[in-house]
Amino acid sequence: MNWLTEYVRPKIRTLFALSSVPDNLWRQCPSCQQMLFHRDLTANLKVCSHCGHHMRADSTERLDWTFDENTYTRIELPRPVADPLRFRDTKRYADRLKDAREKTHTEDAITVAHGTIGGQKAVVAVMEFNFIGGSMGAAVGDAIVAAARLAVLQHVPLIIFTASGGARMQEGAISLMQMPRTVIATRMVKDAGLPFIVVLTDPTTGGVTASFAMLGDIQIAEPGAMIGFAGARVIEQTVREKLPEGFQRAEYLLEHGIIDMVVKRTEMQATLARVIGLLMQQEPKAAA
Amino acid sequence: MSEPDGINIADEVVRLISVADRQLRTTYSRLTPWQKTQVARHPDRPKAKDYIEKLITDFTPLAGDRAFADDAAVLGGMGRFRGRPVMVLGTEKGTDTESRVKHNFGMARPEGYRKARRLIELAGRFKLPILTFIDTAGAFPGIEAEARGQAEAIARSIEACLEAPVPVIATIIGEGGSGGAIALAAGDIVLMLEHAVYSVISPEGCASILWRDATQASVAAEALRLTAEDLLRLKLIDQIVPEPLGGAQRDKTATLYAVGLAIQEALSNLNGTDAATLRQRRREKFLAMGRETIG
Repeated sequence: MNWLTEYVRPKIRTLFALSSVPDNLWRQCPSCQQMLFHRDLTANLKVCSHCGHHMRADSTERLDWTFDENTYTRIELPRPVADPLRFRDTKRYADRLKDAREKTHTEDAITVAHGTIGGQKAVVAVMEFNFIGGSMGAAVGDAIVAAARLAVLQHVPLIIFTASGGARMQEGAISLMQMPRTVIATRMVKDAGLPFIVVLTDPTTGGVTASFAMLGDIQIAEPGAMIGFAGARVIEQTVREKLPEGFQRAEYLLEHGIIDMVVKRTEMQATLARVIGLLMQQEPKAAA
Repeated sequence: MSEPDGINIADEVVRLISVADRQLRTTYSRLTPWQKTQVARHPDRPKAKDYIEKLITDFTPLAGDRAFADDAAVLGGMGRFRGRPVMVLGTEKGTDTESRVKHNFGMARPEGYRKARRLIELAGRFKLPILTFIDTAGAFPGIEAEARGQAEAIARSIEACLEAPVPVIATIIGEGGSGGAIALAAGDIVLMLEHAVYSVISPEGCASILWRDATQASVAAEALRLTAEDLLRLKLIDQIVPEPLGGAQRDKTATLYAVGLAIQEALSNLNGTDAATLRQRRREKFLAMGRETIG
């Protein structure tokens, strides 16, 4: 405590208190630096109205935007194993998990729900980047397998929104094994004659990209999303070259034939509804 | 041979050899994970090429992904193992500067994984069991590799292993580096050499991310649980192949023999299993690598 905190701050507070303005009314676009009014931003699905930058979203926002009338049912996921390796770096993994759970109000880096999109039933899994960088450990693997099983059971498409830094190092090789594990999940959906649709959002890299996230029947990405296998810094250090403009962005992947389309967030729901309609029409079981 | 001061040189040499042997035995029986990483990366360790030369007859290399190039980091071809036609794939690091550059230090590009996928599918059509030998720091992180879809190529290679209608026996012979390794290691039976390592990230990479200090690699190696013993305990691999005293690099012949024996046993265990059962069991094995094995 000093004279600043004790004496000056209260004065400033009283000045500000006059207008009683909450501090979250305005948000700056991280891309064009424009100030955006929160109500406009929410109405525009967190897309900057000035430059079109797609801000990152949490899993609840995604689910709200994807399903009809913001209505869906979250499924209860198997409770994650706390800390299989008792991993500790500068912090205990068990504590990282606890902090992440408090911060995101989700059990792990993924949420699964079912509902309708354009009147058509679908299972949607959404990754949560705020949960330890959306990293994939056994819990994410569990959730993707559970989502695939649910899609097969309901005979509906599976859509996964990805956002991940890759495998969860704190689970060692267990996290590596989630790659084949989630690939099997995609096969279960495909073997049942159902569409598996991937929506790549910013950022999606590493073991997630190199497994289920690149195996969609339809590969969609949000504008400007960073999508790749290796991180930009690792590549720069390996090849000692400057990375090209727009490298590993959604548009770059589209240009290189790696994804089907780049779809604006405001058009995502309509696009998903159209794609599901087209693919399920060819599926005799769906017509019944 | 007796010296004037009473030392018998021959006896002394025998004694010293046995002391050295004992030292080697104790040292190698308690290698730390970081030391194991060094052994796994030892330049004199047998490479994929050695295994192919020693264990496979009639080897017929097959090249290319039919789309872009042939990747020398991934060796592939048909041949006979103990007389039986098989498909062989291996990541090759090379043994000297020239061959290391040629094989890109064992770091495959998308065309390497696409070649692997092509050969796995070919093996499936002709009912050839697939043997893979894995020794890689990981998939190549490069601009061109990204432009050509490195992630997709790895994902499809994993998928091809999982879908194969024939036995897939994977052996981690040195370094099992992350996605680049699992791309060829989603097999029915995964063997791992005693001093090989298999990890989601290199200890150096992990240290620089989580500790923000690459010199913490030995601590990271410990935390990552990347040794054969750890992986077997976690049920992520199926069997450890013991190495000669002092590591594979000290006795290549014995190492290749032991691996050959383990592969033969693995293959005979899978003999006669039909395609659907193989695939189903393989799926169940990997699907269980979550809570069921850990919990």
